[in-house]
Amino acid sequence: MPTFSDLLKDHCEQKPDVVAVYLLHSGQPDFPLSYRQLIQGSAGYARTYAGQGIRPGEVIVLILQHGVDLLYAYFGAVLHGAIPAIMPFLTEKLLPERYRADLASLVSVTQPSAIVTYPDFEPEVRAALKPGDSVRSVIISNQVETPCEPDFLVLGGLKRKPEDIALLQHSSGTTGLQKGVALSHQAVFNQLESYRLALHMREDDIFVSWLPLYHDMGLIACYLMPILLGYPLVLISPFDWVRAPYRLLQAVSRYKGTLSWLPNFAYNFCAQKIRDRDLEGVNLSSWRAISNCSEPMRWESHQAFYERFRTFGLRYETLTTCYAMAENVFAVTQGGVDGRVVVDEVDRDSLQIDRLARPPVSGKATIKMLSAGRPIRNVAVRAVDGHGKDVPERHIGEIALKSDCMLTEYYHRPDSTKKAFLDGWYLTGDFGYLAEGEVYVTGRKKDLIIVGGKNIYPQDLEQLAMDVPGVHPGRVVAFGVFNETTGTEDVVMVAEVDEEEADERQRIADQIRHVVTRGSAVTLRYVHIVGKHWLVKTSSGKTARSANREKFLAEMQKTGQVF
Amino acid sequence: MSDDIIAPLEDYIKTQIIKQPKRALKPDESLISSGLIDSFNLVDLALFVEDTFGVRIDDSELNAQTFDTLDQLAALIQARRS
Repeated sequence: MPTFSDLLKDHCEQKPDVVAVYLLHSGQPDFPLSYRQLIQGSAGYARTYAGQGIRPGEVIVLILQHGVDLLYAYFGAVLHGAIPAIMPFLTEKLLPERYRADLASLVSVTQPSAIVTYPDFEPEVRAALKPGDSVRSVIISNQVETPCEPDFLVLGGLKRKPEDIALLQHSSGTTGLQKGVALSHQAVFNQLESYRLALHMREDDIFVSWLPLYHDMGLIACYLMPILLGYPLVLISPFDWVRAPYRLLQAVSRYKGTLSWLPNFAYNFCAQKIRDRDLEGVNLSSWRAISNCSEPMRWESHQAFYERFRTFGLRYETLTTCYAMAENVFAVTQGGVDGRVVVDEVDRDSLQIDRLARPPVSGKATIKMLSAGRPIRNVAVRAVDGHGKDVPERHIGEIALKSDCMLTEYYHRPDSTKKAFLDGWYLTGDFGYLAEGEVYVTGRKKDLIIVGGKNIYPQDLEQLAMDVPGVHPGRVVAFGVFNETTGTEDVVMVAEVDEEEADERQRIADQIRHVVTRGSAVTLRYVHIVGKHWLVKTSSGKTARSANREKFLAEMQKTGQVF
Repeated sequence: MSDDIIAPLEDYIKTQIIKQPKRALKPDESLISSGLIDSFNLVDLALFVEDTFGVRIDDSELNAQTFDTLDQLAALIQARRS
């Protein structure tokens, strides 16, 4: 069983001049990076880490944007034998103070030895650090050793063992940053080997991605998989894609891309916001699998995407599905590669009320459920009840899984690690059902909002809103409501206030929006201000998010507002 | 800055982007850096400007450095029209 560094060494020796990554940036020529360049650049970083006294097995946090520095810093940590963890960069929406607090909380749990960032950002990073904390070195990207020949005999990465932790993967927000998923080399390779087979990977496969690398779908499927397994990767900046989604399609056409992964909203986004003039000459016939992954998958989103781009060579068979999570390294299931994605049309009321996927009843509303596919070969999936017992086929239960590619632990969080497993099965917190070997994901048990594939913990948003004057501490609730147009969830917040005057309530609502956006980079779609005793509490006094969500939706329906 | 540019922009942002038709938007109020306009809405805004004013905003210009307020966006549109 190899480690990441063994594979990098092999590529460097066997195909040094082959392009590993094409880096795409708006307004700049495409930048091809060969394996030799990638490894030499990374070796420069590895030498810097060594010079700074960073030891193999220690964590290095990378705060860098899409670009060559991020790639070098990442694989430099790998070659050095350290554990890289990417932290999202500060966006203009987020308050620097909030970012600092998040970084400080990441540091306190993860205990990194070094942080790598740009010269301009160094003051922000230093402001988050305290005397005596774990960070011994802030490494500035323009003060790193120049690219050099790697000395594989000396590099710490070649001395790592397969069971050692290879990387940490965090989700966003205060809660997410305190819960790093630690993955071993072995777990990552078990996943890649199994997932490679599920995708029927071919020699001519070319990955095209705009996904950020701090996200598991971007990091594993669209970064480590192609680079470690030796497939070319075309990497578009997420910042550019969101402003010009046509760049993805142009890149697929130009590089004859075959594989991509997208969160559901991206299908709607591309279908609605790309104009024909930006698709002149675009040919998508090389695209063989686009996996819809990381938020609830919608049949309607696939249809809209297909209808919009079929005349540009897109094949229906290209639209595939995947259910994945960082705790399993990445994929749990894959659908649509061995044949079209299975669509299970079921009675809506049975699914939502009886928690049972029944065949359609004539004259009643139905839902077309997209199958997430079958478990990949090294993963076993069950649907279980609250006691961990299997529920019958087509009954909704919590999805539980077991594999040889599970996380080692939530880093430095034995409490969370223990809670996540029941008799050796990882409890995903997702609801779903099994039918004829296919897995269908229907919702979530855990209170988590997913916007554009990004996990958002409602408690982070609620905590921020409670600081707004006029809002009762403990009397706010945040939840997600699916938006058919955008194909993802909108974030709604309900807050109880004593104030009854309308203008003043509007002012409080504005203030909540402002505070939440600047404190979390999450935009609230709707802030609902209510009077005392509106919120539904559980018997233990905790806020029941799903009950409040139902109450909110019922109230909106009554007043004629569509949600 | 002329109202014939600001008024339709303001109306579009209030009704289509932030979905609060009654909210007042000041001409010098920060739109992007305040988070009022999400990055996902910037492409919508660019398409609206193109359709309404016949002016193209390049995707590299969709950031708070190029325009952050109604006044600044209107000035950009006016400069390109003339």
